Amino acid sequence: MSKLKLAIGLGSTCSGCDIAILDIAERVLELVDLADIVFWPTAMDFKLSDLEKFGEGEIDLALYHGTVRTSEQEHIAHLLREKSKAVLAFGSCACFGGIPGLCNLTSRDEIFRTVYKETPSTDNPDFVTPQTEVEVGKFKLTLPELYDEGKALTQVIDVDYFLPGCPPPVELIEKLIPVLRGMQAGELPPKGTVIASEKTVCDECPLRKENKMIDRVARVHEIIPDPERCLLEQGILCMGPATRGGCGARCTKALMPCRGCMGPPPGVKDQGARMISAIASILGVEEEGQMSEEEVARIIDGIKDPVGNFYRFTLPTALLNRKVR
Amino acid sequence: MAEFEPKIIGFCCNWCAYAGADLAGISRLQYPPNLRIIRVMCSGSVDPEHILQAFRMGADGVFIGGCHPGDCHYISGNYKTMRKVMLLKKLLPQLGLEPERLRLEWISAAEGARFAQVITEFTEQIKKLGPNPWKGAGR
Repeated sequence: MSKLKLAIGLGSTCSGCDIAILDIAERVLELVDLADIVFWPTAMDFKLSDLEKFGEGEIDLALYHGTVRTSEQEHIAHLLREKSKAVLAFGSCACFGGIPGLCNLTSRDEIFRTVYKETPSTDNPDFVTPQTEVEVGKFKLTLPELYDEGKALTQVIDVDYFLPGCPPPVELIEKLIPVLRGMQAGELPPKGTVIASEKTVCDECPLRKENKMIDRVARVHEIIPDPERCLLEQGILCMGPATRGGCGARCTKALMPCRGCMGPPPGVKDQGARMISAIASILGVEEEGQMSEEEVARIIDGIKDPVGNFYRFTLPTALLNRKVR
Repeated sequence: MAEFEPKIIGFCCNWCAYAGADLAGISRLQYPPNLRIIRVMCSGSVDPEHILQAFRMGADGVFIGGCHPGDCHYISGNYKTMRKVMLLKKLLPQLGLEPERLRLEWISAAEGARFAQVITEFTEQIKKLGPNPWKGAGR
């Protein structure tokens, strides 16, 4: 059987996704047995021209990780789509916008002002900022344009498959190997497949759930949690009930609350809205009839940053996906 | 330019606020026509997703009417609504929307006059706030 062609492109990323691919350890050998890696700038010296030389649909599978934030990243995304039979959004940034997507709470102008003018160590009286084009003598130099908004890959190109996680867990990445083997035999998974669980993180979490109610909101450094009990019941904002499983609850097993990197569970559009629903049904509900609005407000005041907590990985794909002004 | 006429989406619970709206109608009480009522079985069944979707689609205000505390037909739905609305009111300013665009009121089936008064007040308030900044920006 002929070898497949695999491309790995990237946008605004920390490259943790690249490391995660290497984390599959010796199974990387199986991967390279199945497929030739024809594009992976993080790992080897690939140029855009290496990608451009391929014909339409010549690459079998393209992985893309990172948020789409600049004109160059958008160009790479479109190129990968054109050259590949299937595109997989790899990691939370490509799937939902990810942490770089929180840039939607600010704007390019605000960022430029902070970075190139207002920081105490900046000396830039003329407020010189990056331009997309500049003439230096007889040369024209160009830079990609930074967009106002960060986008998930689905908002830029048509995406076939999703593999969420920040970074995607090794057990899920390993599932790509049978997928590739299937592709070799000409069997593609149905479009829209999410390589993860169909249930929530709570389903995989071993911590004991007793009485689903809380009377305070605590941040991780404020309490020492009981290592046996559900973190949310102890007042720590754990995104488990509003997050897709598949990660094996690796954070809560280490007694850190789920941060929601696997994105919303199946059938849910807005992860933050789901979390608000979940919290509303347990927050101060003991003796709820006797509790005054002020008391409820006092508990809710413990949640300092709702967007940061509830949309940490999914702001660009949320219903209200940026700050309006 | 014509005066700004806001669009307000109202989720009214079947047992109290919707009956209150009915009574306001039967009693021929006048209130502004800016409210579009959606009848729900309980204010507690209004998912935050519905509220965010309304704002995304350009609603200038969202009104939720439920039973008075202790009167919920399903025992405790309205307490959950209160918590959801409080959380949303904390979330909305971070996304650039005024929390006053979202309003929760307890209105019983006997309070037709109060329903008319609350809607009049709320419509005035939204008129002062101006159009939803999301209008036309949603994609």
